[in-house]
Amino acid sequence: MDESLNLVLFSGTDDKLQAAAVLTAGAAALGKPVNIFLQYWALDAFTKAKVETKLALAPEAGDEGRAAVDAAAKAGQVSWAETLRQAKDLGTVDIQACSLSMDILKLEPEDLDPLVDGTEGVTAFYLNAGDGQVVFI
Amino acid sequence: MATVSVDLTVDARGLNCPMPIVRTAQAVKGLASGQTVEVIATDPGSVKDFSAWAKTTGNEIVEQTADGGEFHFVLRKK
Repeated sequence: MDESLNLVLFSGTDDKLQAAAVLTAGAAALGKPVNIFLQYWALDAFTKAKVETKLALAPEAGDEGRAAVDAAAKAGQVSWAETLRQAKDLGTVDIQACSLSMDILKLEPEDLDPLVDGTEGVTAFYLNAGDGQVVFI
Repeated sequence: MATVSVDLTVDARGLNCPMPIVRTAQAVKGLASGQTVEVIATDPGSVKDFSAWAKTTGNEIVEQTADGGEFHFVLRKK
């Protein structure tokens, strides 16, 4: 299980971030290193301004999906950000902002939640990914 | 309840996937080799998840029971 899991997060919806956080925590529990590369709306969701706020859901969720997700949160489901914090505490999880997306969204490093470890370009991401799987969410 | 002696108990009742495994892995990190942890979970995925986790990490499931929607595991650290 030494091969890394490499997630490219693009979507900034609560459900996709939650799914990514679950994959990350599972890998961390198995001792698999995880590299996360944040692009566009996923990066926006990792800003201090948004990380703890209620985010939109994927379009297919609809009203019923919204109600189901809200009910799970109310019942104490751990948020995606908290799941990632615990995954980082448990294993090797490196979260990097895409430098192009930082530029497009006019973000500075201090705008980002401390979950984000730094900023890099796509080449650095591929170098760290090595022969591990790359998943786009 | 566990019939072997346990060094630590993780109450993961009410927690959804992957939190039972995450909490357990965190607890196991603090144990010495050969020590045991008991886990109580209600997540129906936990039976397959703990089996996969034990197989991958080399930690051993020494006891496993299910009772009324609760799953008990005793795991021994590698």
